[in-house]
Amino acid sequence: MTALDHNPVTDARDSTTAIEDDSPPATSAGPRSDRLKNMIPPIFTLVAFIAAWYLYSALKYDIAAQRRNALPYPHEVWSDGFLPLSDKVNGFRPILGYMWPTVKVTLIGLLISIALGTAIAVIMNLSKHMERALFPYAVLMQTIPILAITPLLTQLFGERLGVRLVVVVLIAVFPIITNTLFGLQSTDRLHHDLFTLNQASRWTRLRKLEFPSALPAMMTGLRIASGLAVIGSIVADFFFAQGDKGIGYYIRTRQQKASERPEMFAGTITASMFGVLMFVVVSWITTRAIRNWHDSARSRS
Amino acid sequence: MKPTDSSPRGARTAVAPGSSALTFKNVSMTFPDGTHAVDDVSFDVAAGEFVTVVGPSGCGKSTLLRIASGLEHATTGFVSIDRSSIGYVFQDATLLPWRTVQRNVELNAELQGMDKPTRQAEARKAIELVNLVGHEKKYPKQLSGGMKMRCSLARSLVLRPKVFLFDEPFGAVDEITRERLNDELLLLFRHEMFAGLFITHSVQEAVFLSTRVIVMSARPGRIIADYQVSFPFPRHHNLRYEAEFAELCGQISADLKDAHS
Repeated sequence: MTALDHNPVTDARDSTTAIEDDSPPATSAGPRSDRLKNMIPPIFTLVAFIAAWYLYSALKYDIAAQRRNALPYPHEVWSDGFLPLSDKVNGFRPILGYMWPTVKVTLIGLLISIALGTAIAVIMNLSKHMERALFPYAVLMQTIPILAITPLLTQLFGERLGVRLVVVVLIAVFPIITNTLFGLQSTDRLHHDLFTLNQASRWTRLRKLEFPSALPAMMTGLRIASGLAVIGSIVADFFFAQGDKGIGYYIRTRQQKASERPEMFAGTITASMFGVLMFVVVSWITTRAIRNWHDSARSRS
Repeated sequence: MKPTDSSPRGARTAVAPGSSALTFKNVSMTFPDGTHAVDDVSFDVAAGEFVTVVGPSGCGKSTLLRIASGLEHATTGFVSIDRSSIGYVFQDATLLPWRTVQRNVELNAELQGMDKPTRQAEARKAIELVNLVGHEKKYPKQLSGGMKMRCSLARSLVLRPKVFLFDEPFGAVDEITRERLNDELLLLFRHEMFAGLFITHSVQEAVFLSTRVIVMSARPGRIIADYQVSFPFPRHHNLRYEAEFAELCGQISADLKDAHS
């Protein structure tokens, strides 16, 4: 038996409010024609971009010198950079072959960044002293010109997988640290009081309060880091030539000769497509992780 | 203290009189920044008593609750309370947004180490008490303001506390919902017979809910009036429109006006 008698009027009003709150926005549940309509603006941007590319290439094309421009035509990138399907040195097949190590380094590096960045943020969150002791060096790590310390990195980590992972982590870990720390520290003060009243231990507080509160911010950090991890693994190929070479090596070795520019652009476009894919997949995962309860997740889905 | 009606009409005989659940003795509070929030406050709340403190905003009413619960420590004076058995209802519902209603209601019991089957069963009972049956699987963002407050109340009810501290819990909900929640809270109070200390700046709410109303002055907050409210239980919500009720509200409001000046 309930101690309270039911009042259907107020209850009905209560649940109407809740249902209104609950209804998803029209865009995510809209019919297919809406989705097609949503695709028109980005396609328009793409067409405009390719047109501008043609225009620039045409203006800079030097017929007298009989050599290719710094920016080949888009159709040249397609036909010379991607299409030679049977070619074992240039074209789509070798590009895919070089992509695999890049994908591997990016994913492993990102996982290390998540683990390390979260751990560092948790330690910083333990006390103001810890934060003061560590934060300046987290910033410093972000500002290190990696090119300058390549000999040191080689000496420490060799020239193979290890050093590539180090470069990815150096580039990708910072947004994870700062976003996680921000998330942990913006835990609601009254929620902290609630846990204090229940004599919660430091560990319980972290696990059941601060960590879940920080999740939305951590997801933002992860989205940023996923893009940076791709950049890191490509940049690493520019500095280190041993071990499994990635797409960065393909790009670098086709940068010198003007005749190989279409190949270089084909490699670059593939690499950035991978970056976009990473961002989309990570965004999808992060949105799913918090969509049940967090407001921001709804509009992005 | 002001002399009050010496003939209480309320049926308060169920609890042994004089068994104090919460005692403030000469409590004063000065914050580190020099704000003198509370000045020499002394009163008792007995089991089965529902005491409401009204006062101008910033008079240290909420500070009293924070001192009682141990969230703050009084500069001088002392508080006597069984801290293992407090229910604290905040201004906000303070629900954890990533937990469903059921899991939110379980929270206090979970943190206090109650085993899972027991706390799940206790949470279901509490959810029934506050009329949230059918909403167990919803997340806080799917609830209305009134429902959130009920969920928050249920969370504290699970532990069957002997003392309930309410920090302006219905300040953020609309008038109709507030009156409805007041009615519900009264029923709960009569059902559970806890000692209640309630903070509000609504005089009407104070008189309707309480067996006793304490009026505090502007900062530094001290007690300037103390009324026994002797309307019998169960109180019907139409009590709010009776002449005696209005008269008492008027008296308390007049005290409050003096407190401001």
